[in-house]
Amino acid sequence: MIKNDIYELYQTMERENILLSFKGVVTSDLLSSVLSIMESKMDYMDESPKLKKKVFNVLVECLQNLYHHIDSNEEQDRNFTKIEVKSALFMIAKKDDHFVIRTGNYIDNESAIDLEKRLDTINGMDKEELKKYYQDVLSNGTLSDKGTAGLGMIDIARKSGNKLEYQFLPINETNSFFCLNIKID
Amino acid sequence: MENLHLEGSAKTPSIHFDAATGKLELKGRSIPENSVEFYKPLNDWIDAYGKDPIGETSVDVKLEYFNTSSSKCILDLFKKLEAISGSKTKVVVNWFFEEDDEDMEEAGQDYQAIISLPFNIIEVEEI
Repeated sequence: MIKNDIYELYQTMERENILLSFKGVVTSDLLSSVLSIMESKMDYMDESPKLKKKVFNVLVECLQNLYHHIDSNEEQDRNFTKIEVKSALFMIAKKDDHFVIRTGNYIDNESAIDLEKRLDTINGMDKEELKKYYQDVLSNGTLSDKGTAGLGMIDIARKSGNKLEYQFLPINETNSFFCLNIKID
Repeated sequence: MENLHLEGSAKTPSIHFDAATGKLELKGRSIPENSVEFYKPLNDWIDAYGKDPIGETSVDVKLEYFNTSSSKCILDLFKKLEAISGSKTKVVVNWFFEEDDEDMEEAGQDYQAIISLPFNIIEVEEI
């Protein structure tokens, strides 16, 4: 029943207080639109400018992670259609006094191992250690051709002030689905 | 030499680099997906300016937001300024942040820790 499905989806989104969600191909133009929508939505909220800035900052990094990740999957896997590999999901929700940003995307298992290691390293650090780690990567790292600095996740952890919750769901022999959940308060 | 003036956009800051006064300003937001292209002309300008700079060069960084792609480019820009600072010109960086914006204040401290230029971190009501 299509009608019921939509209603269920509506109720879930209502219950979770989702401000914005998107599933599909993440392009540069889409990022511009989403950021502009979120900025005007937050303009009407009572939250402190400090929190709004944090949300905007973390959102930029999360969305650009998706954008660059999808870009790197140009050589598509045989097990996926092109659109699946290039497709991602993200949502921004407001719960009580904090915001939550969630993302989901396909990732090849090899990259997943590296990413998991990186996330565990970041999650094992306190505020001061993160600051030091950020400065190390900033001063010693180099930019990739895509303009990524390897700082995204560290920056998200620093600005959100919370541990990065994540999960890798096994999809098949070569791919997983990466779920990231970030609380900002 | 010619000045460098760029209008700001939704993803890039406005740029006012003035060779005659030695005042360089970046203002607004810097969140392009790939910052390299945007920062290239800025670095080129500093290279050219460094050949015959005026005695005092001040760099005002007034950013509301910047992403991690830009953070690396901003560091490279500071390194260029570090390289031209010496007998011909004294370079000072003024890093502005809006009151309560601890993240932007810390970002200034990150650069201060890496770059050996005089670095003023200045709190203002609004950028």
